[in-house]
Amino acid sequence: MSANARAVPGRYPVPSSPRMPARGTKLGPVSLGESSAPAMAPVSKVGLSEICLSYKTQSGERLLALDHINLQVRAGEFLCIVGPSGCGKSTLLHLIAGLHSQTSGQVLVDGHPVSGPGTDRILIFQEHGLFPWLTVAENVEFGMKMKGIPKAERQERTRYYLKLVHLAKFEKSYIHQLSGGMRQRVAIARALATEPDVLLMDEPFAALDAQTRDLLHDELERIWSETGRTIIFVTHNVREAVRLGDRVVLLTFRPGRVKNEFPVSLPRPRSLEDPEVAMAAREVLDELRDEINRSLEAEYQEGTKPHIEPGVEV
Amino acid sequence: MKRAARYIIFYSALLALWVILAKLKIWPPYLFPTPWGVAEALYVGFQDHTYLIAIAVSMQRVLIGYAISVVLGMILGLGVASNKFLEETMGGLLVSLQSLPSICWWPLALLWFGLNQNAILFVVVMGSLLSVTLAMEDGRKQMPKIFGQAGRNLGAKGFKLFWYVLLPASLPFIVSGLKQGWAFAWRSLITAEMLYLSLGLGQVLMMGRDLNDMSAVIAVMLLIIALGYIIDGVVFKSMERHLQNKWGLAPAN
Repeated sequence: MSANARAVPGRYPVPSSPRMPARGTKLGPVSLGESSAPAMAPVSKVGLSEICLSYKTQSGERLLALDHINLQVRAGEFLCIVGPSGCGKSTLLHLIAGLHSQTSGQVLVDGHPVSGPGTDRILIFQEHGLFPWLTVAENVEFGMKMKGIPKAERQERTRYYLKLVHLAKFEKSYIHQLSGGMRQRVAIARALATEPDVLLMDEPFAALDAQTRDLLHDELERIWSETGRTIIFVTHNVREAVRLGDRVVLLTFRPGRVKNEFPVSLPRPRSLEDPEVAMAAREVLDELRDEINRSLEAEYQEGTKPHIEPGVEV
Repeated sequence: MKRAARYIIFYSALLALWVILAKLKIWPPYLFPTPWGVAEALYVGFQDHTYLIAIAVSMQRVLIGYAISVVLGMILGLGVASNKFLEETMGGLLVSLQSLPSICWWPLALLWFGLNQNAILFVVVMGSLLSVTLAMEDGRKQMPKIFGQAGRNLGAKGFKLFWYVLLPASLPFIVSGLKQGWAFAWRSLITAEMLYLSLGLGQVLMMGRDLNDMSAVIAVMLLIIALGYIIDGVVFKSMERHLQNKWGLAPAN
């Protein structure tokens, strides 16, 4: 998969976000390995420079979870991050979201360092994180309510985004009344409704059955092309990453480092079953396999998995 | 239907036992009144508005005291749950203080506030504050972390985060603590009212004792039970049911 000139499928409208370069205007070939310096112009949508993160484990030793991560994400790009469990890929998303702080290095959004959560970057959790005490519509409205957007506008936008994820009929339902796939769609609508520039997705479809996941891949691809958002998508499923991403970044097992980057220039819409997707995935998987083995080895040796989940206090 | 039948049988048997014991005249009638004696006392008490006034006064006190406890307890509980230093120091203190019956604060309350309503309120607050605090602390810890993260991620912080996310997210975990706090508040109130005579159900009960009128005493006891039961069965039950419906939790058995 070496072709860098990406086809722009005619059925997708070119997003009109002013910050975003039109699709296909790629800034030269993507280099493999470490990305170029963050000062490069034009400014990336999201830039990670020299991100390090270490934890104190329960036994008191310091554990390096992320090791000098450098990554540039273009506006409107669909970037997928893959890696074995324990590589810190979820943690990386939490850092970008501003929910945790890195030990050293900088997260830049539009060239400005991130110092906390902001509604320009919305994280979609693996377990959706919807609020069970609110209805579907109230969940979608939540971010706008926090922003102080007037009620009438909130409701209008809520209707729009619920229609976008095909859940218009369920606005009055409570979360527990929905299926897993519907919940993830609500989570996507809730994230989009705050109109973030960057959507951070943390293995959002991992807990879903295959059919639902396929369907949501299609919907996510459609929503992405209709809204022109930048998406950073974390998954352990290589095929999923290749099916969705413009680029796949592979992280190593602990400490997490950028091992390699794979541009994916296959025409869209794609499908998980496409032989080209399978072939591209194999290429990534070959490199990932070593990391998975290392992660399994470590797990056997340590007996227990050291706790480096993003929820932990640093 | 079957349940109703069981209730009827049980309470008729209880009533029959009472009538038999009263009829046997083991104790003089003024010490062991008959059910109709109690019913008459209830009727008279409501007729001359004594009970209505007493109920109004007691309810007002317990509601004010309980409201203070809930607000303070939530703040305290949240503080203890989110601050390691507070948790290690105050957490233990709170647990040990819970073994102190709130009426033990009465002498101090009298000195600090004087012989008035505030002293009663203080005892009520001390009775229920700890339950609410510990419940809130526990609820905050049990609450899945993801809600707080999602809330902050969507732009909620400070008071908004507490009010719109942390509080509703912890409600299912603190509702039993709130209920316990209510029970403690109610008991503390009646105890305090019995010690300090100024209207209220506790005072009416003591009045019955002073007049050697056990019918009146039992009548007031029934009122206290009924009120506590109504609050528990109506207010808290409907709150629990409401939460279960929203969250989709299985009804607790």
